[in-house]
Amino acid sequence: MNKVLFFAQLRERLDCAEITVNATGLTVFELREKLAQSNERWHKWLLDKDVLVAVNQSLATANSKIGDGDEIAMFPPVTGG
Amino acid sequence: MIRVQEHDFDLNEEYEALMQDDSCSGAVVLFVGRVRDLNQGHQVNQLYLEHYPEMTNKYLAQLEEQALELWPLEKVTIIHRVGPLSLKDQIVMVGVSSVHREAAFEAAQYLMDLLKANAPFWKREVIEGGLNRWVSANHKDQIAAAQWM
Repeated sequence: MNKVLFFAQLRERLDCAEITVNATGLTVFELREKLAQSNERWHKWLLDKDVLVAVNQSLATANSKIGDGDEIAMFPPVTGG
Repeated sequence: MIRVQEHDFDLNEEYEALMQDDSCSGAVVLFVGRVRDLNQGHQVNQLYLEHYPEMTNKYLAQLEEQALELWPLEKVTIIHRVGPLSLKDQIVMVGVSSVHREAAFEAAQYLMDLLKANAPFWKREVIEGGLNRWVSANHKDQIAAAQWM
């Protein structure tokens, strides 16, 4: 199983900070598709091209594979500093 | 040294810490970023800084390590604040010490450029009329970071 965290605007738009899903074996792209299809309201925001995805606290690409227990995070472009 | 914290930091103390037991550094660069009154066309009154704690710590530690590999530095300090901030508050500090100034200037710029483009912090501003607004990412920050690749 995998924990998926959402931050900033994305968390507010989805109205969700964290969910647990089985994403083991999927790519980052496949997980986004799966989550987008699970909830009509999420569709638009999760497939937004600006959304960044981290796997185990490192930025990942669409093709990155998700392993069992990996922590996934999805968030908008960062604005710190 | 990496710190992510809610409370403010004191520049003199950070300078002293950076200089402790160091008689070889001839150059110290301290950069401070602070909350300014106008951003993206709006009067800013307050700011809230959110982050992804596990990833900010991991990423900033990686950045520190990279800077130490790329330049002959004595010490690196990166401090970033989170939580509620007001106008003129300090947000971020990058400090580097080195034998010569070229390395210190370059490394400080490198650290800030990469932090701004990649570290998982997000700013929400309280603007005129008490409205909340997430700050949008600035394309020039991505360009600045890409120049180091």
